[in-house]
Amino acid sequence: MTLISEQQLPSIIKRLAHQILETYPGLQNAVIVGLQPRGVYLSDRIVAALQKEISADQVVYGKLDITFYRDDIRHQLHLATQTDLPFSIEGKTVILIDDVLFTGRTIRAALDALLSFGRPSKVSLCVLVDRKPSRELPIQPDFTGKEMVDESPYKVKVRWHENDGVDDVILQVVS
Amino acid sequence: MALTTKHLLGIKDLTTEDIQLILSTATQFKEVLQRPVKKVPTLRDITIVNLFYENSTRTRISFELAEKRLSADVVNFTVSNSSAAKGETLLDTVNNILSMKVDMVVMRHSASGAPHYLAKHIDAAIINAGDGINEHPTQALLDAFSMKEKLGKLQGLKVAIIGDIMHSRVALSNIYLLKKMGAEVMVSGPPTLIPTYLKEAMGIQIEYNIDKALAWCDVANVLRIQLERQNQPLFSSLREYNLAYGITQNRLQKLTKEIVIMHPGPINRGVELDSDVADSPHSIILDQVENGVAVRMACLYLLTGRTQPTT
Repeated sequence: MTLISEQQLPSIIKRLAHQILETYPGLQNAVIVGLQPRGVYLSDRIVAALQKEISADQVVYGKLDITFYRDDIRHQLHLATQTDLPFSIEGKTVILIDDVLFTGRTIRAALDALLSFGRPSKVSLCVLVDRKPSRELPIQPDFTGKEMVDESPYKVKVRWHENDGVDDVILQVVS
Repeated sequence: MALTTKHLLGIKDLTTEDIQLILSTATQFKEVLQRPVKKVPTLRDITIVNLFYENSTRTRISFELAEKRLSADVVNFTVSNSSAAKGETLLDTVNNILSMKVDMVVMRHSASGAPHYLAKHIDAAIINAGDGINEHPTQALLDAFSMKEKLGKLQGLKVAIIGDIMHSRVALSNIYLLKKMGAEVMVSGPPTLIPTYLKEAMGIQIEYNIDKALAWCDVANVLRIQLERQNQPLFSSLREYNLAYGITQNRLQKLTKEIVIMHPGPINRGVELDSDVADSPHSIILDQVENGVAVRMACLYLLTGRTQPTT
């Protein structure tokens, strides 16, 4: 079952980029941080869309892996991917980007991880899909591609060209 | 993907995938150590005891730092101020410590096989921090990490391990690891310090002429002369050892290429390694120490993930 089609996805990404610019004109004092591994596919595209609107050097972009900040090490081992934040976030607005906001635990870990790099003045959150009814922590997005209003028994699978040959979001039966 | 082993007792038990996993995870931890805040909360609520029955400076500090950077709770145990001095057995000591709810034991012991013995009797994950003349797996892993960082690969690399091979657990762990990762290994040093079974059983090249070994290799891993493990004299004098087998600036200048110099420490300056070589740009000895923390963080992290099965 399709949640966001291949035709819809580019418009949503463009809209998210515009909403970010509307809130933070020219990305003044703001930086973009994509969450590894799967949020980066989205942040790459949003950054590309932002660079069409403002000059490339105004877009400060990094990637953050939150594996070492998770709260479930005794249950499951996750493998870390590269963190690449070659700039200071001290006093900046950090716009976190991830693909699906589900329980909120990943973002909780990301907030923790960010503090290891400095003290941002503000952190804001942009997600492609917000599974609102499944939240386990008081965390909400500021920019949302698509909000799911009802509790869903399905798994939200975001597919990207790099991995799956297609850009879309589908609902899958949990195996 | 996870490690195939519950304990890290030796490189001998690891698969090449295990080694690659540890090295790639260490790369991520090395980045963590460059951050303004170098501590991550990963091992909160994990308790680790450092059980050192034998002297150590670098390894113990490196493990302790790795544990603290991961936010684990750390208990240090050194034999000089413990009940072991009163005659308690190893198993009793460890069982007593474990009954205080410890998840992991990092252990150094002068008897080869001591951590393997413990692994059979207790539930906690065990990391071997050096057992007698058997293995010192984290040293071999950090050596491999440093070589790979400096030269970009392990596959096909020519590594000469030089010096006191017979008494060296670092040598044995390095040999296992380098062979598994596709490097070529040669050992060099005085015949009295090189066990010939290395050639017969493991196919390792032996070269008694140090200049030929240096001319052959890309990396020279120079080992410490372990005077404390030698009950009988195996070479005539330290000065003579230096003349015949010491790595000197003079020897390196005769080479047609630059080679990388490594040493697991502590260095006997002027014996196996001259000061001007140890402190030269060819030497990555201090990088080894720095990388040691990241590599040990990776080992602790990957083994903790296995302390409790998925529920």
